[in-house]
Amino acid sequence: MLIKELTELNGVSGNEDEVREFIKKEAEKYADEITEDSMGNLICYKKGTSSKYRVMLSAHMDEVGFMVTGYEDSMLKFASIGGIDERILPGKRVLVGEKRIPGVIGSKPIHLQEKAERGNNIKQKNMYIDIGAEKKEEAEKLAPLGEYIAFHSLYTEFGDGCIKAKALDDRIGCAILLEILKETYQFDLYVCFTVQEEIGLRGAGVAAFRVNPDIAIVVEGTTCSDVPGAREHEYSTVMGQGAALTIMDRTSYPNKKLVEFMCKTAQNRNIPVQYKQTTTGGNDAGKIQLTRDGVVVASVSVPCRYIHSPVSVMKREDYESCLKLVKAVLDEFGSDENLIESFCV
Amino acid sequence: MDYINILKDLSTYPGVSGREDKLSGYIAKMFEKYCDSVEIDEFYNVIGIKKGKGGLGRRIMVTAHIDEIGLIVKSIDEKGFVTVSNIGGVDSKVLLAQEVIIHGKKEIYGIIGAKPPHLLTAEEIKKAVKMEDLVIDTGLLAEEVRENVSIGDIITFKVDPFVLQNNRLSSKSLDNRAGVAALLDIMENLTLLNHNDDVWFVATVQEEVGLRGANIAAYNINPDLAIVIDVCHGQIPGTPKESVFPVGKGPAVAIGPNLHRKYSRKMIEVAKEENIPYQIDVEPGDTGTEAWAVQISREGIPTLLVSIPLKYMHTVIETLSIDDIKNTGRLIARFISMTGNEMEEVLC
Amino acid sequence: MFDLLKKLTGIVGVSGNEEEIREAIKEEIKDCVDEVKVDALGNLIAVKKGKGKKIMVAAHMDEIGIMVTYIDDNGFLRFSAIGGVSRYDSIGQRVKFKNGVVGAVYYEEKLDDIKNLQLSKMYIDIGAKSKEEAKNMVQVGDVACFVGDTVLQGDTVISKALDNRSGCFVVVKAIKELKETDNEIYFVFTVQEEVGLRGARTAAFSINPDIAIAVDVTMTGDTPESHPMEVKCGGGPAIKIKDRSVLCHPEVRRLLEESAKRINIPYQLEILEAGGSDPGSIHLTAGGIPSGAISIPVRYVHSPVETASMSDINNAVRLLVEAIC
Repeated sequence: MLIKELTELNGVSGNEDEVREFIKKEAEKYADEITEDSMGNLICYKKGTSSKYRVMLSAHMDEVGFMVTGYEDSMLKFASIGGIDERILPGKRVLVGEKRIPGVIGSKPIHLQEKAERGNNIKQKNMYIDIGAEKKEEAEKLAPLGEYIAFHSLYTEFGDGCIKAKALDDRIGCAILLEILKETYQFDLYVCFTVQEEIGLRGAGVAAFRVNPDIAIVVEGTTCSDVPGAREHEYSTVMGQGAALTIMDRTSYPNKKLVEFMCKTAQNRNIPVQYKQTTTGGNDAGKIQLTRDGVVVASVSVPCRYIHSPVSVMKREDYESCLKLVKAVLDEFGSDENLIESFCV
Repeated sequence: MDYINILKDLSTYPGVSGREDKLSGYIAKMFEKYCDSVEIDEFYNVIGIKKGKGGLGRRIMVTAHIDEIGLIVKSIDEKGFVTVSNIGGVDSKVLLAQEVIIHGKKEIYGIIGAKPPHLLTAEEIKKAVKMEDLVIDTGLLAEEVRENVSIGDIITFKVDPFVLQNNRLSSKSLDNRAGVAALLDIMENLTLLNHNDDVWFVATVQEEVGLRGANIAAYNINPDLAIVIDVCHGQIPGTPKESVFPVGKGPAVAIGPNLHRKYSRKMIEVAKEENIPYQIDVEPGDTGTEAWAVQISREGIPTLLVSIPLKYMHTVIETLSIDDIKNTGRLIARFISMTGNEMEEVLC
Repeated sequence: MFDLLKKLTGIVGVSGNEEEIREAIKEEIKDCVDEVKVDALGNLIAVKKGKGKKIMVAAHMDEIGIMVTYIDDNGFLRFSAIGGVSRYDSIGQRVKFKNGVVGAVYYEEKLDDIKNLQLSKMYIDIGAKSKEEAKNMVQVGDVACFVGDTVLQGDTVISKALDNRSGCFVVVKAIKELKETDNEIYFVFTVQEEVGLRGARTAAFSINPDIAIAVDVTMTGDTPESHPMEVKCGGGPAIKIKDRSVLCHPEVRRLLEESAKRINIPYQLEILEAGGSDPGSIHLTAGGIPSGAISIPVRYVHSPVETASMSDINNAVRLLVEAIC
């Protein structure tokens, strides 16, 4: 299991190099051919015993983070990359740039806040990153304009089989796909590790255009809001209840026959599975589905609480379920020549 | 090149998004002076090809959009007043008391009016004026308006360009005719410099309504590298330092996920080596420019963005420095004239 | 005429669930064209072969609706919207599932201000007493459309899903009334328009036509205190100039205007300030496809009481036939 290694790498959207290099090294052991495109997508091809179908699996390598946009004295001003709730920012630790220069997100302490300020959330424009520089010139040198910044968070196991880490969305998908790559299948398999999902599903469409698959499955870390304050019908997924299948979200309406087939496969093999209950959000499936003349897609996810924060939480057993389900589905694809075709009308 | 006069002509030539056909013809003529071949595609993108000395057989696409924001006739009332809808991001707050031309069967002059202030309630006067409250008064009889104007006719702003101190020009539609001037400047520079790669200059359409012309051109041309030229916000009082750029301090080279990292770094290196003033434009996500569409065309296209600082964007007094345009042209021409080998090294 | 329209509007075909409406349309047209196929997303593509111009005609067959996302212990359903469903228009409406189950849409009574109404505070009552009973009637993921009978009153038709079964009707009729032509025509009944113009895009990519004409509905400005818009119900089919997703290609617009003049039917010009339509995705596909649209003026779009003029619809059929032959 590579979750620890994968989540402790930094790979903010547009700067996935560390993650890509790591994955490439792992994938080289199993893939027949690896292509890196101009955006940085990594496409690992695994030749099948038959080449009748092209199956694409996809997980994104990037995570949410920040970028240096300016300086206020010796402090860094910063912008978010991807969707981050600004309320979680004060008092977080970050790593700046390739050299991983440590920094902290500072803001005015409670004692110094005006009365009116106390009742409001602190705005990101009033925060800054302190790397300990004494002069603006020092800050500029260590953290030049446009430098990427990632959350700092160590992989930690806790509770009843829980894992806390940053970037579980979607290094967990990357971990699953690296496992999948170890076996050989009856069809041509393209395992794609994509870039820039968090800023608008940018990499996946480009990768899919190159691969031109018959069918694609996106493996994700998805939201899980089974926490106090949310009502049961607002939970998107429930932690510990298995792999989550998407019925519909903002960006795609996955192929119903495929989704139903995946659900049945899970049930037949006693793999815990759940449907994602909300239809908000979106993922790479949206772009893949609309590539060229259309692709049959589905998404399966590991539920992650506190997603897009440095303390995302998942259950190891959900990872197992998700991995088992993807394996099982690929197994079924191989055992019936006409199965993939049958998902189309 | 006589920048001031070229820009005066370019900026006052009508070319609202979706109706660029005449402007395209005009720009194609300008391209012909420098390019080996020029064509206009089905959507009126102008494509001028300047052949390189050969070698790797690569294509570099350089785009600047030519369309401008404007208005479109929505209806004509019984008295002959014309109501309008917008094409592109028009701020209705800057429209009051502007002079316009309606491009109907013939060109008709008009001014934009609305209910006068003394007839508004105290509440109404605080609120921003809405597009649907504005009317164009042509001074003509209703029958004459109906005869010459129909729904869907385009309206442009009537502006006389102004030359300000320090080689600054103020006009409408400098977003992005300034970019077109930069294209011409690159062409001129390249007649004196060696370049191996074929350069495809594209004057694109429909940027203001959704990066559409560039989307189409990128797919058809499928270049190995794309450079987008557009404008960025010039520094004016009361704007956040991080997102504006002083006018006259050189073009802004963008960095961020939308742009190819190594090529962007190379562009900055070229600026340093050639002593061309430049600024850095940090773009954490969507650049809002054609680069956003071009980068994800087909199998992905390495894309760069160079912007010319422009004050008062999307008004009729857009203001820029001619020097910034010249430096944009020089910088990109120098970048293109790197040998193919140097380009390859960038990618290693 | 009206019978076919009524048949098409009556079928449940929420975005992503176009199976039944696709079958119904296929049955209607299969003997009138050279080839019928369905693509990976579910678009129905009917081809009339020829050696002339390659023309794509698109009408989306999906409609807005709801999807069940949760069933509570007392048998009430929670739901998500599919497409542009108005929360306020939905209150007090009936929805119908494919299996015939009907539910009433209402909202939690504790709401302090109707302005704060969110979909998460609304539910569907199918009369089930418990979760188990409800689960025997519907499942999470099932979709339903709003109920709205199709009636004809004089020239006026009132119905659910005139957006865009009236467009489908126009294309079906045009296929049946096609004149002799050498043009190769691809009639596409597209999917998932209401959730982002999706089907039209993949169909356009595979067909890559010379031009495309969509048939869809547009809003009107002829109701009391409506937003100003020149299009009127009964004023003839509208030729689209622009909406949020497209500035129609001048050549296609000219083709449609000249066709309308040739056959001497009334027509209007459409500037739609809200919403997009299939040409929005078609014209940007595969290196650019000049696109335009014929729009049927419809009042109260996306409600169960969409209202249109039968003569506009019939004139749209004539206009389409004239333009593509």
